[in-house]
Amino acid sequence: MGDATDPPEPAGRPGGIREPDPTLGKPAKPFAPEPVAQPRQTRSSPSAAPTSHAASRSSEPRSSEPRASEPRQPRIRRQRVVLAEPSRSSTSLRARVELEEQTSWGELLIKDLVKVQLRTAVLLGLLVLAVLCAIPAVFYAVPAVTELRLAGIPLPWLLLAVAPFPLMFGVGLWYNRLAERRERDFVNMIEN
Amino acid sequence: MQVNPWALVSVALVVTVTFYLGHRTSRFARSTHDFLVARRTVRSRRNAAAIAGEYISAASFLGVAGLVLKEGADALWFPIGFTAGFLALMLLVAGPLRRSGAYTLPDFMEARLSSPALRTASTWFVVFIGVLYLLPQLQGAGLAMTMIMPAPAWAGSVLVTVVITYNVMGGGMRAITLLQAFQYWFKLFAIAAPTFVLCAVFVSGGAGAPGSAGSLDEPAPPNFAARTAVTVDTDVTLSVDAPTRVHVDNGSGGAGWTTWQAGSPHTVDAGSELTFPEGSAVPTVDQAKSANLDWLLPSTDLTGLLSTYSLLLALLLGTMGLPHVLSRFYTNPDGKAARRTTVQVLLLLGLFYLFPVMLGLLSRMFVPELLITGDTDAAVIALPTAMLSGVAGQILAALLAAGAFAAFLSTASGLVSSMSGVIATDLLAGKVRDYRVASVGVAGVALVLAVTLPIDDLALSVGMSFALGASTFAPLLVLGIWWRRLTWLGAMVGMCTGGGLVLLAVVLNAVSAHTGGWAPWLVQQPALVTVPVAFGLTVLVSTATSSRVPEDVGAVMLRLHAPDPLGFMRDRAVQRFGRAEEHTRTTQGRHRK
Repeated sequence: MGDATDPPEPAGRPGGIREPDPTLGKPAKPFAPEPVAQPRQTRSSPSAAPTSHAASRSSEPRSSEPRASEPRQPRIRRQRVVLAEPSRSSTSLRARVELEEQTSWGELLIKDLVKVQLRTAVLLGLLVLAVLCAIPAVFYAVPAVTELRLAGIPLPWLLLAVAPFPLMFGVGLWYNRLAERRERDFVNMIEN
Repeated sequence: MQVNPWALVSVALVVTVTFYLGHRTSRFARSTHDFLVARRTVRSRRNAAAIAGEYISAASFLGVAGLVLKEGADALWFPIGFTAGFLALMLLVAGPLRRSGAYTLPDFMEARLSSPALRTASTWFVVFIGVLYLLPQLQGAGLAMTMIMPAPAWAGSVLVTVVITYNVMGGGMRAITLLQAFQYWFKLFAIAAPTFVLCAVFVSGGAGAPGSAGSLDEPAPPNFAARTAVTVDTDVTLSVDAPTRVHVDNGSGGAGWTTWQAGSPHTVDAGSELTFPEGSAVPTVDQAKSANLDWLLPSTDLTGLLSTYSLLLALLLGTMGLPHVLSRFYTNPDGKAARRTTVQVLLLLGLFYLFPVMLGLLSRMFVPELLITGDTDAAVIALPTAMLSGVAGQILAALLAAGAFAAFLSTASGLVSSMSGVIATDLLAGKVRDYRVASVGVAGVALVLAVTLPIDDLALSVGMSFALGASTFAPLLVLGIWWRRLTWLGAMVGMCTGGGLVLLAVVLNAVSAHTGGWAPWLVQQPALVTVPVAFGLTVLVSTATSSRVPEDVGAVMLRLHAPDPLGFMRDRAVQRFGRAEEHTRTTQGRHRK
């Protein structure tokens, strides 16, 4: 668990930096084909043209951005790669437009996402709540439990002062993992 | 009352460092965007420390140990509930709330339900909850000040108010983020180090060692280890479990030894001095548990069970209704970071709350005389000097006092900044100058109230603001985020009814406290009724007014729930007030780079 931008997103844009970043001079556009097309560019460039690239520029063989440093030959080739897969980016664009335009399909997608996220949250919440509420209920139903001891410390103190905190942190960690996986799946589905 | 020079120095250091950090980071704050949400650039690790630092208030630092001293096992529900609130916040609110792009709680309400009336109503509730939460912080600062130096109680309140108002005025959220993160780690150190030392002292001395008031498992109440004199500052009613010899000097001539019998209450006037011989049982203020065995075991009657559930519900849902906690989530870059922040907060809080509980246990053994004055919030600071004589005890007490001041400063600055944000953007024009005016106004009003109103138990009056948050904003947030058919009318009715019921309970509680304490547990812990009523009414009225469901609900839900990489998030603060860069271009360059 680290900062928000620590791990690079597998399919995201460079660094996962979005609108609020102060280093971006102008406000981001609502949605543009550019961020969709860009991953294809960066992803395909090392695999598609490693040999010719290394031959033409032996000084920096591992650079994935020949466009900035070298304006001549590779730029033309790069554009050809982008044009090679127009159909995929346009379906991805269509999926975003459907989300944005609230078509019945787009709305269904979001409703499903909301439903599954809510179900996870409620189930995990109920799990913790059931455990916490069971503690005083057990004390009420079986008062003898309150007099048990574990290593000299009364059981109620262990159950109330120590045990709930790892439980809650663990559930929080678990939910975070589940929710992030859902969102990653959703983004992959939209972009492919 | 002897002056502890170490405590004076350490508190002065904390105040100076706070002042300096705030002053330094203020230089980078220029626009409304900076003041409201710190430009939304706070990463999850720092924001988690800042949230934990802001959340660990006087109620946690001093109040939890005091409640453990007084009520024993039942008080352990406070730390559990304080932490569980963040779990609920994470599961149901954190990510979508950040993605809404709102910059205050009322702004979220308007973004979701597009109702200016609801926005205005929630503005007032935010201010009310904020002031209710700010009062115990300022009063606690006064109380802590009187314990370390011969100063009137208002001096501490004024000191804290001046420092935080300066910082909030200077840089708003931008200035207090670093401050609060620093103060979390400082508070953790300031409570952990003395706890380790005192536990080591206790273990090496063994239970029942000289100076302690007997082992905790004895069925009898704790005893005084030596002849002890206690000065009573307010009128109290004490009770004893066994006949106790006591010397009463009521300050106006009447003095002499009497024997208090068990079973009947004994009234002691303010200004009296009580002296107990060595080995006599410690009497307790009414409502506190006198015998150790009652104290050690959780209550097992039905009233105890229900009021425990009620407290748990209030703390669980109340955390998401606290405006200063929510306003910190708007500073994360995106929804994913907001969720990660909350996970880390769970860890940081769980770590912290181990220590006040242990200090509470120790104080039951070493400073039982606080049960007589009812001044149990002082337990944490009084404990080190009671256990360790000489400079060592004084240094530990100084560290704890400094931690308590850090708690007052960080919580109060969070409250003032979130309330100023709400007032500046909703009641004023939302410019930086309005923000500064609002912060001075809020801090001034709170200071006047804190100095004039009587002091209650720290954790309990904070408990009421949790109940208020749980009955007003929690239903709106949860239903607004997850339920498409919410209407502004339903939200308004639910919020006002829930808030009204809690306020009724507050009034009844105050009346009953002055007329013999007849109020049942439900009035002291009203959440078990008010929260379901608020939720139910919101759903009912929304269903009845389904024609008023906002037309853009689909777009709003998309924005709240679509994963961040899809880029549907819109920052409402930027839309309304512009970015920092644009702002500096249009104003004179008054601030240094």
